Amino acid sequence: MASENNVTTTGLLGWIDTRFPLTKLYKEHLSEYYAPKNFNFFYFFGSLAMVVLALQIITGIFLTMHYKPDASLNAAGVPVAFASVEYIMREVPFGWLIRYMHSTGASAFFVVVYLHMWRGLIYGSYRSPRELIWIFGCAIFLCLMAEAFFGYLLPWGQMSYWGAQVIVNLFSAVPLIGPDLSVWIRGDFVVGDATLNRFFAFHVIAIPLVLVGLVAAHIIALHEVGSNNPDGVEIKKNKNADGIPLDGIPFHPYYSVHDILGIAGFLILFCAVVFFAPELGGYFLEFNNFIPADPLVTPPHIAPVWYFTPFYSMLRAVTDLFTWVMVASAGLGALAVLRARWPMIIKGGAIAALLVLAITFRVFDAKFWGVVIMGGAVVILFFLPWLDHSPVKSIRYRPNWHKALYMVFLVNFFILGYLGVLPPFPFGQAYSLVGTVFYFAFFALMPIWSRIGDFKPVPERVTFKPH
Amino acid sequence: MSQTSQDLSFPVQPSSSATSERRTWLIACGAVGGVAAAATAVPLLTSMAPAEKARSAGAPVEVDIGDIPPGGLKTVEWRGKPVWIVRRTPEMLASLEKIETQLADPKSDRTAFPTPTYAKNRHRSIKPEFLVTVGICTHLGCSPVSKFDTGNQPGLGADWQGGYFCPCHGSNFDHAGRVFANKPAPDNLEIPRYMYLSDARIVVGKDEKGEA
Repeated sequence: MASENNVTTTGLLGWIDTRFPLTKLYKEHLSEYYAPKNFNFFYFFGSLAMVVLALQIITGIFLTMHYKPDASLNAAGVPVAFASVEYIMREVPFGWLIRYMHSTGASAFFVVVYLHMWRGLIYGSYRSPRELIWIFGCAIFLCLMAEAFFGYLLPWGQMSYWGAQVIVNLFSAVPLIGPDLSVWIRGDFVVGDATLNRFFAFHVIAIPLVLVGLVAAHIIALHEVGSNNPDGVEIKKNKNADGIPLDGIPFHPYYSVHDILGIAGFLILFCAVVFFAPELGGYFLEFNNFIPADPLVTPPHIAPVWYFTPFYSMLRAVTDLFTWVMVASAGLGALAVLRARWPMIIKGGAIAALLVLAITFRVFDAKFWGVVIMGGAVVILFFLPWLDHSPVKSIRYRPNWHKALYMVFLVNFFILGYLGVLPPFPFGQAYSLVGTVFYFAFFALMPIWSRIGDFKPVPERVTFKPH
Repeated sequence: MSQTSQDLSFPVQPSSSATSERRTWLIACGAVGGVAAAATAVPLLTSMAPAEKARSAGAPVEVDIGDIPPGGLKTVEWRGKPVWIVRRTPEMLASLEKIETQLADPKSDRTAFPTPTYAKNRHRSIKPEFLVTVGICTHLGCSPVSKFDTGNQPGLGADWQGGYFCPCHGSNFDHAGRVFANKPAPDNLEIPRYMYLSDARIVVGKDEKGEA
């Protein structure tokens, strides 16, 4: 028996509310969702990510009306997929605009999401009780990477083709099943029509469905526990008589209006790129991708699009030498376990596992470990909530050397990204090795270093100056 | 629902032994249903494997090699991959011995891309003059570029004797497609099965023992 719900609305809204919780949802997620009043610049990027997602879905729908995922050659000897993109650019009314919005949107998505992640990192937004928000967010980031990778093959240019060739061949490095796995992914023995068709399917339906579901989970989890803020203070600890947080303001109208300002600022920059520099000097659209895919000739220099380059640098850093670094790390880990105050059985097991791992680092090809390192660089983010043991959430109340360390982490990530754009050269290779070790050490040693130092007292209420 | 009276819309509560029996059957049904659901993944995932058409493609390719000048390279497509036929000069062949100590696998003993027995020699070919090799790097599948000029070149060192260079990750190969040591590529370039139909004509993808 359905319980009676308390519908206070009347008329059409009342009719709907007795059948669908419209007013309830509106209140829970907008008019009575209380967000901290001290949000700063970095808090624009969550809503901006939603805007870009909508932009990508809408422009994507219109692109599929003209695009053809077909690798066969047309009468002029040009691959049909490549020709259909040129057709969109030259013949479809406003096709150039829709396509440039979609290609610029891909890069904008990563700009916005990287800033959003950085915000979470420095203000401790992943800490209890927000672990699941962070995990859903990391899954969104993974989906986004997959979405970008699959989408990049579709124009069927030289970079599309050879980029997919290199990345799919990474899977052939997996021991035992690798070669069969890469054939299964391609659906052929080389990147070809079968590959293009399935990448199209993943790009336009499979991944977007998962992505939208994860975004919903991300927001539901956020609205369940409430937003963090730059002070890392829980606003729900200080409520008024009505149970409303003293430092909270309703999302609508305060933050809905505030976010429109952010969207306006974003659109100015976005349109500037779309209309005046859609290729952005080869960073958003690589020049070699204006040449149709040629399975017989690799372009002289291939690099992924900018948003993948930090991880690509890590992949390239893993040579035979790096596997020795990994062996040494496993050894150091075993030594640390030896000194830990754990029961003997767990200690022995952990040490044995680390030593076996150290051996496999040398048994399998460095090529395989490169793939593992690249994937691990993203996977390690999922564990962040349990790696950070600092007594305060926000960077504002951490020791100054923590702030310096986060800046080094950021600069290191930028340098790795820049090196990933360049062809390999000896100094770059050496730096990538050090940078990769730093990236992993930052997270792996966080349980130790995040406790150390003089933390500043965290205020009871958020810091906020009315203006 | 704070009333204590029994809910008559539900049949009489079963005894505890009946409840546990029902639970057992529920778990059994759930497990069988789960297996059936998982089994539907098999045809879906298998559908992604290469179709019969893709498997049967890749017929041997006949190539006219009479028109290749000394030091020239001809590219033909076989199974969607570039195959190079290189007519090597005596100088190119002489370089093979000089750099042999710098190679990862000079005798082509590794088995990831097995070298046909008739090419398991220093020049990795049937006739020393003509190299037939798949122009795909054994690292991540880029197509290397020919660097036949000798001497100092960026990325190749001062003592470069000529060969091939992969622009993607910097592996280099000698004039017989053998990979240099300490490079990302683990294996020498693949030598496909091939045979001579006449002095000026070869077929790639097929030899006396059959098709590759």
